[in-house]
Amino acid sequence: MTEAVSFQQEFKVKGGDFSRGGEASCEIKNLLRDLGLDPQLVRRAAIACYEAEMNIIMYAWQGQLDLLVTPHRIRIIAEDKGPGIADIKQAMREGYSTATPEMRELGFGAGMGLANIKKNTDTFRITSKVGRGTRLELTIKTNGRKA
Amino acid sequence: MKLAEVIKRLDLKVFAGAKDLTRTVGGGYAGDLLSDVMAHGQKDHLWVTVQVHPNIIAVAVLKELAGIVLVNGREPAPETAEKAKEKGVPLIGTRLSAYEFAGRLYGMGIKRE
Ligand SMILES: Nc1ncnc2c1ncn2[C@@H]1O[C@H](COP(=O)(O)OP(=O)(O)O)[C@@H](O)[C@H]1O
Ligand SMILES: [Mg+2]
Repeated sequence: MTEAVSFQQEFKVKGGDFSRGGEASCEIKNLLRDLGLDPQLVRRAAIACYEAEMNIIMYAWQGQLDLLVTPHRIRIIAEDKGPGIADIKQAMREGYSTATPEMRELGFGAGMGLANIKKNTDTFRITSKVGRGTRLELTIKTNGRKA
Repeated sequence: MKLAEVIKRLDLKVFAGAKDLTRTVGGGYAGDLLSDVMAHGQKDHLWVTVQVHPNIIAVAVLKELAGIVLVNGREPAPETAEKAKEKGVPLIGTRLSAYEFAGRLYGMGIKRE
């Protein structure tokens, strides 16, 4: 990246740890807000982060969200070590979910997470290796827009 | 309308977040699927749900919801109330069903989607 980085931080996410579900996303949201970014953009980033974070908690063993803010974009990389996704097209389809009955009872597993991420970001790239893990590369353009 | 007035008029129970009742309620959303609320809930909405587990609090924080209303007389799990207090999310209860509660809110003029 040739662009000046104004902020970067990593947030660890532990697979299976529902008790901290959403904590990393809340921290990221507060940081973006404190950087003075437009609230609408902050809300979009929060949705994307939350869905990515919960997917790591629900499906992977461990992972992280890497937040990078430059003058023109918010970039989020969500990477995990986990089972990976065999059929990404199927996973992207709204309503498709492999969430367990226990997760569904808590209101998870709507099968809308990846679609929500895509809708709220300007670029969305997903790569996955079965048995290894999954990586999401997301950006939201800010064009220097402040609150 | 302020949340405190909604609570008074509909005789609601406040489980946590009593300090934050000065917020304005700008509408509502009813749902029990977290991703659905993440997608369709809006800032200042009251969220009407049967979910009582701690993960609902992060959803309310991230979406900047005015508060969460637990319906059918459901009580929050202790960790849920604790988290609501910590994050300043009003956590409220009603004996009404989601359908009836939404109807009452609507009847009070709280309509904006
Ligand atoms: N990080 C991940 N690791 C492994 N599988 C994943 C991951 N993220 C998503 N998936 C798979 O893609 C499916 C759809 O994900 P998503 O759209 O977030 O909906 P949901 O989480 O509600 O199932 C999941 O049910 C799961 O099978
Ligand atoms: Mg998901």
